Amino acid sequence: MNSLLMLIPVALVLGGLGLAAFLWALKSGQFDDLDGAANRILFDDDPQDKDTLSERKASP
Amino acid sequence: MFDSRTVGSENLPRSLLACKHCGAELSSSNETDEGFCCRGCAGAYTLVQGLGLESYYGRRSVDASARRLRPEEEEEQSYDFSAHVERNDQGESTLNLMVEGIQCAACVWLIESLLAKNPAVAWARVNMTTRRLVVRWREREAGEILAPILRVGYRLVPFDPVKLGLDTGKHERELLISMAVAGFAAGNVMLFSVSVWAGHFSVMDGPTRNLMHWLSAFALVAVAYCIRPFARSAWAALSKGRTNMDVPITLGVLLASAMSLAETIRGGEDVYFDSAITLLFFLLIGRYLDSRARGRARSAAEHLLTLDAVAVTVLDEKGGRRLVPPAQVAPGAVVLVAAGERIGVDGCILAGRSDVDTSVISGETVPTVVDVGERVFAGMVNLSTPLKVTVTEVGERTLLAEIVRMMEVAEQGRAHHVALADRVARWYAPVVHCAALLTFVGWVGLGALSWQPALMNAVAVLIITCPCALALAVPVVQVIASGRLLRQGVLLKSATALERLAEIDTVVFDKTGTITLGKPRLEPSSNALFSNGTSSPWNEADLCEAASLAAASRHPLARSLVAAAPSVKVRDDVREEPGCGLYAEGLRLGSRSWIGLPDEDQTLGPELWLDRPGQPPVRFSFTDTLRDDAALVIARLRAQGLAVELLSGDRAVTVAQVAGQLGITTWQANLTPAGKVARLEALKAEGRKTLMVGDGLNDAPALAAAWVSASPSSAVDVSRTAADVVFQGGRLSPVLEVLDVAQRSRRLVGQNFLLALGYNVFTVPLAVAGLVIPMIAAIAMSTSSLLVIANALRLARRKTG
Repeated sequence: MNSLLMLIPVALVLGGLGLAAFLWALKSGQFDDLDGAANRILFDDDPQDKDTLSERKASP
Repeated sequence: MFDSRTVGSENLPRSLLACKHCGAELSSSNETDEGFCCRGCAGAYTLVQGLGLESYYGRRSVDASARRLRPEEEEEQSYDFSAHVERNDQGESTLNLMVEGIQCAACVWLIESLLAKNPAVAWARVNMTTRRLVVRWREREAGEILAPILRVGYRLVPFDPVKLGLDTGKHERELLISMAVAGFAAGNVMLFSVSVWAGHFSVMDGPTRNLMHWLSAFALVAVAYCIRPFARSAWAALSKGRTNMDVPITLGVLLASAMSLAETIRGGEDVYFDSAITLLFFLLIGRYLDSRARGRARSAAEHLLTLDAVAVTVLDEKGGRRLVPPAQVAPGAVVLVAAGERIGVDGCILAGRSDVDTSVISGETVPTVVDVGERVFAGMVNLSTPLKVTVTEVGERTLLAEIVRMMEVAEQGRAHHVALADRVARWYAPVVHCAALLTFVGWVGLGALSWQPALMNAVAVLIITCPCALALAVPVVQVIASGRLLRQGVLLKSATALERLAEIDTVVFDKTGTITLGKPRLEPSSNALFSNGTSSPWNEADLCEAASLAAASRHPLARSLVAAAPSVKVRDDVREEPGCGLYAEGLRLGSRSWIGLPDEDQTLGPELWLDRPGQPPVRFSFTDTLRDDAALVIARLRAQGLAVELLSGDRAVTVAQVAGQLGITTWQANLTPAGKVARLEALKAEGRKTLMVGDGLNDAPALAAAWVSASPSSAVDVSRTAADVVFQGGRLSPVLEVLDVAQRSRRLVGQNFLLALGYNVFTVPLAVAGLVIPMIAAIAMSTSSLLVIANALRLARRKTG
């Protein structure tokens, strides 16, 4: 019974974290371009792309 | 992805003969030097290579059905981007653009790299899903920043992100967030519920169960948040005196939550928090899928529309040129229309004489000659020489606006189609409400229960009957069907298009551009019959000579002559006499009357005459080519028991010939747009349900009048807007495919409804009898939903037969 009192809040907090992470991902546009993201990982072997990448980080 | 790969590998053996830049097949007539099809492509290749980005060509996979990556050969048709540029305080400019020509991920890479090479560009990102580009830069002009992309051959159209799809995006996001919240709450509440159910079989003391119930009560917050989309829709329906699916949903969920809270406070045994929130979760999945499928179709349609917004070149008094969107041109302004350009306004010709392609408006394949003082309409294409046009009509009074008005009238006459789900809801909701009410009254009146347990039984009925599986039955099938069609290049624009397609019994085709490609092709010499022996059949030498002249013209007949004789050297001294023909050193190629032959009846179809000194004139005749699979598609349609008709604005002889080739017995020619609508109205009066397939401006009202309509993606924008289905590619078979998918979807939806109703028939008596405990409610509900989804997935798996 005592373990329940601890486990239930833990379960709720973990689930809540997952929910918060999803809502954050949604808000920050992680789901906006699924096709592009799938192919984009293949691009970065070129030097000039790094410039864009670093600047991408700088802007929102 | 799969499509482009097969096409790519198919192209490999020919790659030696393809243009290095755009991938078009090379023939000696269009090859300039070093493997390019035109100077524009050569320039683009040099640009890409100069920036060290040539690995693009190795990475890309050319999609044959997409627009070729070919830059404009003439001076750059630059759009005036400045109106759409947003500037912020730090001097940074932002521009949102739609990009046409993106074929694969390598294009995304190329565009971003081209922009990144420019030090002024701060940020550039292409969204591959929506084909949109966002670019931010400092200090420079938009045209300068975007020039490299235009020179490589992509087309860019600016758009206002606020106007395009903001509210649909917001709605979808709200549904998605609600879904996430409901999923989270449902999972956790189920955790407590399962332990309570387990407690039924072992020993769980009252206080522990109460604790679990109180913990479950946090679902109320989630319920309050997630029920909003349903409550809004239910309220809207009720306030109009109607009922829909959302009424029993809202009522059931709210009642269940309230009763459960009361039970928890009382310390009772049965609570339904888990059912209430799980129900919302499943329903939100259905809602979200539904809205996503619609939103995607809509955004693709918007994309098509925006890309066609061509700028008009306006000449001002000082002789300067400005590029202006057609909507901003005032009557009386003078507009310059270059050869090969689409006319953007309605007006009178001020100067120039040219051939114009009117197929969009009249459906006729052969261009007509226009002279000073004659009227031209937006949508026609100027073929031979530049024209100056005085704008006479703008906005509401153009021919286009006229057609749009006809479309609206036709659309109002169209029988209003009620979606299947709504029709089911119409009788389902009252039945459910009555059943719940009867349960309550029955238990209080006959069963001698106090009102509280009686109300719990009524709530159980509401929960069991809640149309969870019903609400999933249609959207899941629709999402899978439209996803499957989208992969094959068919775009469903209307949510109920599939349902309507499954009901049709008549297919009406337009001729030019739909059954045929709308491009004339040279007939073989043996077919070049003539009436009175004034000409002889042509031979290869005649063809070569004619083609050497024709290569200088944009006239469709001349173009097809050149296509028939690809390896001909182009003469430099060719002059074009608009509306008549071409001439050089005594050679003449043109119309019958220009050559000086008697004007006979024109029943033989489009023709060109070659006149040489000292030889009898030679006649080349042309026909409009049928789409590759037109005959097959029409035969299949007839085999399925559908009536097929042909309605055309073209001349009777041509239409009869095409109808004969395809075995179509019912056809009409010389039809005006209103005539086509009249025919469709007549069919409707006979009780027939028609699928109209057409592409021209003259088809748009008919498309709107038909029960359901389809357009090829090469159609004019108005027609694509009017059509419920838009299909890509040069073939007609998507029509068959979409009919097949529609019929299978209807079957699946029917099965899903049966499954869902079957569950209710089984469980409702239990609920009325008061035997349903929360556990049974939860299991029954989830199983029926999962079964419905699994059944719908069969549509995606089955191969095309």
